[in-house]
Amino acid sequence: MENTLNSIIAAAAPLVIMTMGESITEKSGVVNLSLEGSLRLSAMTGFAVAFWAGHAFAGFVAAAVVGAAIAAIIAATSIRLRLNQIAVGFVLTLLAADLASFLGDSLVGERGPRVPPLPIPVLSDIPFVGKVLFDHDLVVYASFLAIAVTWWHFYRTRSGLNLQGVGERPEGAFARGIKVNTLRFWYTVLGGAMVGIAGAAYSLDIKLGWRETLTLNLGWIALAIVIFGGWHPLRVAFGAYLFGALQVMAFQLQDVFPGLAQVLPIAPFPLMILALVFVYSSWFRRIGDRLPRVRNLFGSEAPAALGTVFERE
Amino acid sequence: MALEIRDIHKHFGPVRANDGVSITVGEGSLHGILGENGAGKSTLMKILSGFYEADSGAVVLDGEVLTLRSPADAIAVGIGMLHQDPLVFLPFTVLDNFVLGSPGPVRLDRSNARTELERVSTELGFSFDPAALARDLTVGERQQLEITRLIWLGARVLIFDEPTTGISATQRIQLFATLRALAEHGMIVLFVSHKLEEVEELCDSVTVIRRGKVVFEAPMPVAPELLVEEMFGKVFVADEREPVALGGPVLRLESVSVDDGKTHLDALDFEGAAGEVVGLAGLEGSGQRTLLRACAGLLTPTAGHLSVDGVDLTHVSYRGHLAVGVHYLPAGRLEEGLVEGISVTEHLVLTSHDRRFLVDWKGAEAAADRVIDEYSIKGRPSSPAEALSGGNQQRLLLAMIPEDVRLLLLEHPTRGLDVESAAFVWKRLLERRTDGATIIFASADLEELLTYSDRIVVFFGGSVFAVRDTASTDGEELGYLIGGKERV
Repeated sequence: MENTLNSIIAAAAPLVIMTMGESITEKSGVVNLSLEGSLRLSAMTGFAVAFWAGHAFAGFVAAAVVGAAIAAIIAATSIRLRLNQIAVGFVLTLLAADLASFLGDSLVGERGPRVPPLPIPVLSDIPFVGKVLFDHDLVVYASFLAIAVTWWHFYRTRSGLNLQGVGERPEGAFARGIKVNTLRFWYTVLGGAMVGIAGAAYSLDIKLGWRETLTLNLGWIALAIVIFGGWHPLRVAFGAYLFGALQVMAFQLQDVFPGLAQVLPIAPFPLMILALVFVYSSWFRRIGDRLPRVRNLFGSEAPAALGTVFERE
Repeated sequence: MALEIRDIHKHFGPVRANDGVSITVGEGSLHGILGENGAGKSTLMKILSGFYEADSGAVVLDGEVLTLRSPADAIAVGIGMLHQDPLVFLPFTVLDNFVLGSPGPVRLDRSNARTELERVSTELGFSFDPAALARDLTVGERQQLEITRLIWLGARVLIFDEPTTGISATQRIQLFATLRALAEHGMIVLFVSHKLEEVEELCDSVTVIRRGKVVFEAPMPVAPELLVEEMFGKVFVADEREPVALGGPVLRLESVSVDDGKTHLDALDFEGAAGEVVGLAGLEGSGQRTLLRACAGLLTPTAGHLSVDGVDLTHVSYRGHLAVGVHYLPAGRLEEGLVEGISVTEHLVLTSHDRRFLVDWKGAEAAADRVIDEYSIKGRPSSPAEALSGGNQQRLLLAMIPEDVRLLLLEHPTRGLDVESAAFVWKRLLERRTDGATIIFASADLEELLTYSDRIVVFFGGSVFAVRDTASTDGEELGYLIGGKERV
């Protein structure tokens, strides 16, 4: 049991970092749709740089730069040129994914450095909890930190409130003296860097090595999890762990129920759709009107200005 | 303290929105800025609040020339603006709306902010539940929240852009009391409006802006005729409406029940005669809209019969209503009436009866030019609907009413329009009456109801509360009836 939980948390760590990054970006009102491509290109770049430099850390830095650069293109074309974020994001997805396959061809099958395990002394000796939470490596601890900091920033800091304002009603934020487009640009870049780090985590920590199908579909899954989680860091994290659990279960059940093992990884999608149908039902709305706390817990409302361009008229 | 606006120029493309505007307002003054739609008042206020940068000219406060590059600059020197649609964040709490954008340390101290909110709002005579969501506040309360926030941030000059749009009569009274109190405390209050009576009621002094220039300045009171003349450049006389002999019934409702999810109308009997104008009065959401939408075919009655010219339309679709000459002009002109992004010409093509497969764009453009001329729409055939001002959008909608209309349903036909546009709209509408159409309109403007209706139906709490012949009632009685009381 504790081993299973340990693997779920480890398996979900990159997904957690990526979904936190995308949550930050989308809260500011920008959609970075390029996740699938960004992830693949940064996984490849991260592996390549770590392979040549002989050190995993260099790979993470390079991957973060790649993710940030792709995000910067989306933010800049949206803000400066008023291009559609969805269109640019989609084109970048295709471009980055193909670029990764093309550039990374010679790396397939190579073995590179890996992130060393780092059990936390004392804490990892606590029975059960120690094994589940504190017997991991830096990537996993970073995923914990990402959840906590994202949540704290959104709901407990002034800049987090400003960030939400920018994504909700940019003209209102602007009227209050907030630099809407500057914030949007940097939060998008930050979110992109986190996607890049997640990419490197797949090739240097989870799977060790680069191949084309390493991160297949995980970018799309991350986008869906952010929506399913209602742009709330804790619920988004829950979604990421749920997906991680299904992945680990599928892996463990492979020999026993081969059929079920194939179905499990796609189970989250119908679940997400059902959850959204539930949240948008009039029945739930009536409950929400009576119990605001319940509404706040489950209600998922997209930032109202998501995907739009803000111009000072 | 004095606010001095010196020779402000601002143009958008070829349009000179502000063409050398200079205004001086002293401490404790409640100053009205009056002008028709599109006169340049909003542009000037947006320059003052840092939303726009002026091409040239200066804003001087307390003898100091201000640099206003963004709203942040304006707030820093104490200029705050309350926008026509209060710029609050609907899904956020009152408290978060209050602190959003305020300076301070990284960690947000909400308990301290709550104390501040309470302190400032109590001083102003408002009360808020800090945990309530902004979306659950009325427009009036959202304004109060914004006022509280701006005062807390140290505003000394407060700009109100058409603040009475969309608030109830009671809230208007409360708002005016607040504005007077603010001025008494030494603030400079700029009240921007196109409504003459509000400026008369509230302001100590007034500036009239016409076509981007200051054309008149004086302490109040000023004779209303003079202000109208300055606003429009000519004296405007409302047309006396000629009596029209009523014909047979056009619209007939027999114990119709209808429900739109919010308001439920029960067993309603009603008849509208050819050539008759019926006004629907009542507070927003009392059933007027439900009735209009049922007549238009947008809601299906749950019981009873609805017919136009003897044709039973009870279970007939919206298209079927159109076919017998029912036409509906909703209050949301841009949301429901027009299509954002398509031009005047394209709108007219969409509503034309031309059934040819290929569109004759040359002919359509010529036709659009004629319509623009006939309805004096300020715009070009290629102007998209959203580029037209509210008054011009309504003119375009009028032009789209088919020739053979039998029943014309209107929701707030002149809301947000200046006097001249409103008069134009009604002139056109009354022409339809002479052709034997029935006009039913909902309005919150008592004067409009009394001027143009033959009969007034007052709704209260989802049912018809009273029906009056216009000749036998007055504004005072209507006020009582709308509030659900008979005159005592």
